[in-house]
Amino acid sequence: MSNYLKYGYLEVKDVVSFPSLKMITKHPVVVSECIQEIPCNPCVTSCQFQAISMEGINGIPVINFEKCSGCGKCVSICPGLALFLIGIKGKKGLVTLPFEMLPVPLKGEKVYLLDRKGKEIGQGDVLRVIFPDKSTKSAVITVSFDNIELIKSVRNIRSLK
Amino acid sequence: MREINIHPILQFSHGKELKFTFDGKTMKAYEGETVAMALYRSGIDIFSESPKLHRPRGMFCAIGKCSSCMMRVNGIPNVRTCILPVREEMVVEKHEGFGKLPDYIEKFAEPFEINKEVAIIGSGPAGLSAAITFKEFGIKALIIEENPQLGGQLIKQTHKFFGSEKEKAGTRGFEIARDLIKNIENSSIDYITNSTAFAIDENKIGVFRNNQYMKIYTKYLLIATGAAEKMIPFPGNDIPGVFGAGAAQTLMNVFGIKPGRSVLMIGAGNVGLIVSYQLLQAGIEVKAVVEAMPTIGGYFVHAAKLRRFGVPILTSTTIKEVRGNLRVEKAITISIDKKFKEIPGTEIEWNVDTVCLSTGLIPSVNLLAQAGCKLKYVTSLGGFVPVRNKDFQTTNKNIFVAGDVTGIEEASTAILEGHIAALAILEKMGLKTKKLKIESIKNLNNLRGSPFSKKIIEGLKEVECE
Repeated sequence: MSNYLKYGYLEVKDVVSFPSLKMITKHPVVVSECIQEIPCNPCVTSCQFQAISMEGINGIPVINFEKCSGCGKCVSICPGLALFLIGIKGKKGLVTLPFEMLPVPLKGEKVYLLDRKGKEIGQGDVLRVIFPDKSTKSAVITVSFDNIELIKSVRNIRSLK
Repeated sequence: MREINIHPILQFSHGKELKFTFDGKTMKAYEGETVAMALYRSGIDIFSESPKLHRPRGMFCAIGKCSSCMMRVNGIPNVRTCILPVREEMVVEKHEGFGKLPDYIEKFAEPFEINKEVAIIGSGPAGLSAAITFKEFGIKALIIEENPQLGGQLIKQTHKFFGSEKEKAGTRGFEIARDLIKNIENSSIDYITNSTAFAIDENKIGVFRNNQYMKIYTKYLLIATGAAEKMIPFPGNDIPGVFGAGAAQTLMNVFGIKPGRSVLMIGAGNVGLIVSYQLLQAGIEVKAVVEAMPTIGGYFVHAAKLRRFGVPILTSTTIKEVRGNLRVEKAITISIDKKFKEIPGTEIEWNVDTVCLSTGLIPSVNLLAQAGCKLKYVTSLGGFVPVRNKDFQTTNKNIFVAGDVTGIEEASTAILEGHIAALAILEKMGLKTKKLKIESIKNLNNLRGSPFSKKIIEGLKEVECE
């Protein structure tokens, strides 16, 4: 077990499981970084494809990658902001993440890619921005970048400005 | 000067402008705002001074629980300015020592009496949920609230709540509060705000409201007075700019005021982590979160949200000292070993103007103690808590309790507890609520199924009687 409770972030190896590369070439698929038993299940109830399951309300979300359509509804609703979509489109890596800060970057904007510690690990382009549908949800942003490896590490963005 | 102009979650609107005086100077306020908030918005840091050493004191809790912001208002000393709404032409002054009574006080209004079958003290998630439950069974309860608005601390929670659909998981706290309050306002439930319940004498509650004494006669009483933030001892802990983390939340999320420019957060429990993230959302720099324990106490996901923005969380680290003349200028932290002993040479100096304490909450049991309800000290529940049965009935059989006053937990558990306590009182009144009550108790136990609740469950065994 790594030191995530000491430092507050996961290492890539701590993430319970990632979908295969083949899977995420078809369309983006959700990955969960929710690894503690806490009383919370809106990811399960918000998924119309039953791709997320949980044992009781205190379980850890288990993702059925095959069933995930990559719609990102769970990314928007997750109270812990702990769900992300990862994908590969052509030669580009894609990460979709929840975003609750200002300014919300705009489509086409260049941004810094940040890892789980907030460290810059590259630059990417904002491919899509979904503003919150009601004020209850978070904005959901998709970024694309050249280094496909980074899909396992990009978990935040920052405006270049 | 401390205005939050843009915010990713909240929109702030101001009431009309009012004028009042502070130590002889004309000040501006917005209608609906409290005196302390208006002063802080205008750049005032010092609200009082220590009675003996005359050290400057700032505001600390911002929710009417501590005594840091007491001033003389229209001649009356020791008024908690953080919960007193500004009125046009109000005269506000800092006072020396313990304050002197004026020679002349405007005559208090005649006391008056009301009779109510049920009264609820406190309108946080527990109190509101109880009031709504009473309404659903045709009983009109009276809510007594000390703050200017209903909702307790739920109104300042901007994060999405955990839980299941039943607990509105995924909805932000202030929106849950808004729905509960709307439910109260749209129904015939009576409530009085700016009203302090100060004593309970058998079937009578003494309440002070504006300049009027009210006697409220009631058969059943539900006490849902919540909790207050803990102060911890360290040199400089009284320098203006040292706040309870909840006070920072009230300033920024209720009133749209920046508590500072740059913050050091003490404590990595859920409050510390959540408030740090909310400070970032308000455009305020958070230098670090320090935590005395070797691991983060709050939910990991809250820590991860913060780390992603580059905010360090330093475990096995404690606050050593805060320095500053009239306002925090520096904070010094130090690493500690497994026995919590300071390790010399590991000090870090932080250039901050604000230090937030999120080192735990204490249940506000004062009224329960005064009413003669049996209390017991349970560490895992936050301090002294009322002894009660599964129905939340205290040792005084007409007094029930719910929410954080019964032990520090979550808003979701408070909502359920208020519901259960109300159902139990309704049952005493002869209504058929038993089945629903048992079901709700089961739901409450389900919510406590996570490893985080283990200590709570242990603690509950010590105070739950038959």
